[in-house]
Amino acid sequence: MSLVFAGVCSHAPGITGRAARAEPQVRDTFYAKLGEMQQRLEAAKPDALIIVAAEHFANFFMNNMPAYCVGMADAYEGPIEDEEWLAIDRHRVPGNAGLSRRVIQALLADIDVAYAEEWKFDHGIMVPLHFLTPRYDLPVIPVNVNCQGPPLTPLPRAYEFGRALRRACDAQPERIALVGTGGISHWPATPDSGTINEAWDRAFLQRFLANDRAALVSYTDEETLRDAGQGGFEIRTFLTVAGATEGATGELLFYAPIPIFAVGCTVATMRVE
Amino acid sequence: MSLYYVQKLLYQLNRDPLVRKRFDTDKTALLDEYELTGEERGAIESGDVGLLYVMGVNGQILMHYAALLGQPWDVYIKAMRDGVTKHGPVRAGLYSMLKDRR
Repeated sequence: MSLVFAGVCSHAPGITGRAARAEPQVRDTFYAKLGEMQQRLEAAKPDALIIVAAEHFANFFMNNMPAYCVGMADAYEGPIEDEEWLAIDRHRVPGNAGLSRRVIQALLADIDVAYAEEWKFDHGIMVPLHFLTPRYDLPVIPVNVNCQGPPLTPLPRAYEFGRALRRACDAQPERIALVGTGGISHWPATPDSGTINEAWDRAFLQRFLANDRAALVSYTDEETLRDAGQGGFEIRTFLTVAGATEGATGELLFYAPIPIFAVGCTVATMRVE
Repeated sequence: MSLYYVQKLLYQLNRDPLVRKRFDTDKTALLDEYELTGEERGAIESGDVGLLYVMGVNGQILMHYAALLGQPWDVYIKAMRDGVTKHGPVRAGLYSMLKDRR
């Protein structure tokens, strides 16, 4: 079939782990919009979900850090973190090694991706799955873009990776959904945790929703670090989704800074044409 | 300074139950396997999140480690702030490029 759904959402561990400390009205609206994203995802009747995440040293380290890696297993496990801390119970998450292998083979025509037959999910994948596939019954193919340990892949490559991912999905008989998770501006895991640059986020989202490639790839990492924190490097996951939906625009379902979640919480879908 | 090996130990501790078990039962032998300075070893042995942050340990590795130690969120954030107050700005790694905002 082809790509049948595309969207992005936040994944900060506080979204579940510190839920009780958020202002209830904005939190519940955010959760409801994640629920709407779940409904849209289910309505697309996907056979598998490719989740493009920016993992946080759960699997990959500076001894052998891939710029891009795709999971190729029939099952995964997560969260790697303390279950109580994240407020998500450990689950076995189904994969689809055969589909992974075909997608990876197709990707290799354009991008030198790494693959992994073992993968432990951290909050970067488990928080989105908690809301989007709460029964953990949809096969998942994890994809990682290194956004944590510089040197990082350049932004035009992240967009190009999205284009390649689209071609790889469209070559498969299965119905495939794509979700990118990360960013936007935030300073997670630092003393500045909770700082959010809302103006920067909204300007970025405008570029993302318009799928303005030139504007999206124009940020330098120095600018991003200064204006959006090191967490801003995770915009690469959004750029991959934009590349996969090139020519299409998006719809913002939710954006609000929620400091105790340490991120501007975002839910958006892209039209898949 | 051997920041790489500090981070490698914490990375393995965060993800591998067997390493965690050795950390609890055979810490000296485990730490001997990594090239650590006395200061680094002391910070790991005492769970000094503030000093580890100042040394330049990537915050994502450190956040998972603090969770592993069972540190409540506010205690963990305060530990990093206190670390900067006590030991000065972050010395190495990605966070040394961030302006001290507080």
